Amino acid sequence: MIKGFLRTLVSNGKSLVGLLILGAFILIALLAPIIAPYPPKADRVETVVALGPPATNEEQIKEETPSADLDILTYRSTTTKDYQKVIHYFPLRAKPSAAHILGTDQAGHDLFSQLVWGSRVSLFVGLSTGLFVTLVALALSLVSGYLGGIVDDVISFFTNVMLVIPGLPLMIVIAAYITMRGVAPIIIILCISEWPYPTRLLRSQVLTLKNRDFVRVSASLGERTSFIVFREILPNMISIAMAEFFAMSMLAMLGEATLEFIGLGNVAVVSWGTILFWAQTNGALLSGAWWWFLPPGLAIALVGTSFVLINFAIDEISNPRLRKR
Amino acid sequence: MKYFLRKLGMLLFTLFVALTINFFLPRLMPGDPAQALLGKMENIPPEQLDSLRAAFGLDSQEPLPLQYVHYLGNTLRGNFGVSFSRFPMPVAEVMRIAIPWTLALMGISTILSFIIGTGLGILAAWRRETRLASLTVGVFSFIRSFPYFWFGLVLIYFLAFKLRLFPIGGAYAVEATRGSAAWWLSVLDHGILPALTICISSIGAWLLTMRNNMINVLAEDYILVAMAKGLPLRRIRSLYAARNAILPSVTGFAMSLAFIVGGGLVTEMVFSYPGVGYMLYQAVNAKDYPLMQIIFLFIAASVLVANFIADIVVMFLDPRVRDGAK
Repeated sequence: MIKGFLRTLVSNGKSLVGLLILGAFILIALLAPIIAPYPPKADRVETVVALGPPATNEEQIKEETPSADLDILTYRSTTTKDYQKVIHYFPLRAKPSAAHILGTDQAGHDLFSQLVWGSRVSLFVGLSTGLFVTLVALALSLVSGYLGGIVDDVISFFTNVMLVIPGLPLMIVIAAYITMRGVAPIIIILCISEWPYPTRLLRSQVLTLKNRDFVRVSASLGERTSFIVFREILPNMISIAMAEFFAMSMLAMLGEATLEFIGLGNVAVVSWGTILFWAQTNGALLSGAWWWFLPPGLAIALVGTSFVLINFAIDEISNPRLRKR
Repeated sequence: MKYFLRKLGMLLFTLFVALTINFFLPRLMPGDPAQALLGKMENIPPEQLDSLRAAFGLDSQEPLPLQYVHYLGNTLRGNFGVSFSRFPMPVAEVMRIAIPWTLALMGISTILSFIIGTGLGILAAWRRETRLASLTVGVFSFIRSFPYFWFGLVLIYFLAFKLRLFPIGGAYAVEATRGSAAWWLSVLDHGILPALTICISSIGAWLLTMRNNMINVLAEDYILVAMAKGLPLRRIRSLYAARNAILPSVTGFAMSLAFIVGGGLVTEMVFSYPGVGYMLYQAVNAKDYPLMQIIFLFIAASVLVANFIADIVVMFLDPRVRDGAK
């Protein structure tokens, strides 16, 4: 089922491009230690050089004479060697150069390395929020859509209410009250504001499927509810759930960047959003430091576009009318 | 009528939920940030401190439900408390100054982007075999994945900082007399770039929704019949296809509006545009919780009301809704 779906994705031109872009970024994130020239928070390079051969000092500390034909002499030997530690501090707020291809920030961190390492946090927050929200929405929509009745009324009522309460201001207010440690709080906040969108969409899909003939037949044949839900309805929701996963991941990535840009994230974490935060705090814009604030935004936009491209393809697969004639 | 009442009920209930969230958020948060903040404010006279404590229910020995009732009463009477960062200005006064800027900026740019985006969506569906159509769709999908604030930064950098076509931030020229012709011109001059940011970033959403709806409608049989009858294409496009395809766009207005308002807020922050979004930014940085909360309430309320209006518009556009059929 999922295999067939993936095969169709690869055979569609748009989604292939999208998958390639996304794959490239995931690869960069995984290989960050290899690709990035420096650690994300390094502001100096230390090199240690040995000077000359080791010099040995020997010192006799004890002399014993157990018998006439035996002397035991105990020495302490210390080997010293001169080393030179060369600390090369990175320039602060440097322009792009061979050593720092995207320059450095106010603390001398190499911006290219930060961009590479930052992809880890940004992708992780985006994709994990997308996954988590989609799973919650799937569970809620299956329960609410299939069971119907009062359960459905309650769930869809709250979905509809939370749907229209604007997400970003809500996220900002919640984030302003808590102290961010790590990225878990930001993922939770993003989930709180995103869950209603996929829930409503998936629920209406469940409702449509529930009234299809093949489901009705199973029900009247007396199949167990779990069989109908997991074997007959769920497989038919994979494409729409995937579409929601990508849409929500993109939203989460934009949301994370926005919160961090405002200064509500954990500014000690290195991500695309915090690079933009530091750029703004240090007036990168008005000092003309385009190399500081352009690349992180472009990276976000590229990953976002890859999600959109994949979703175009999913739309075309599930809605034949959208295909090119 | 039943539809209208149901939507009205939904509006009131959602407003109530927003109010409730607003009440419980500061009280649910660990570590009591308001308490910590009040501890730091030493220069405030004790009686003022008391009123601030009261505003947060910190001094209160009252049980939570009673605090909640008082909170609702205060809100209904328009008593939102005093700003921490602009002490002793009431937050309602801060809002009174900020709201007109935001309404003008967001109102104009949202309407413009809706019209342009929907129009482009119609054309992109109508001539979707052409290269221009797929190029437009592609470009706007790319732009749609930009963070709003970053796109704002890019526009400021190239158009305001490099080319010096527009001012870098703010909403008006400080040296001009308020209300004079020069002042109004400066307002226009300062508004163009933020409006452009919001417009260009949000056109994509309208365009894609409209294009997809339109493609679906164009595949319907009655379009084929209309073509076979030899009706003028322009008539088919606007009266047969677009009119039916626009309904989901209007219904989706609320959802998209919440996003656009969110993006608009951040755009104001980037441009130091003295509207609600920039106030929110300042409130967050100064940990001005009363101001933050009224801003959240205001934004929620305006999105909800706009949503309600969109529902009413649908009622007039769609006979099925109007006549009460499900």
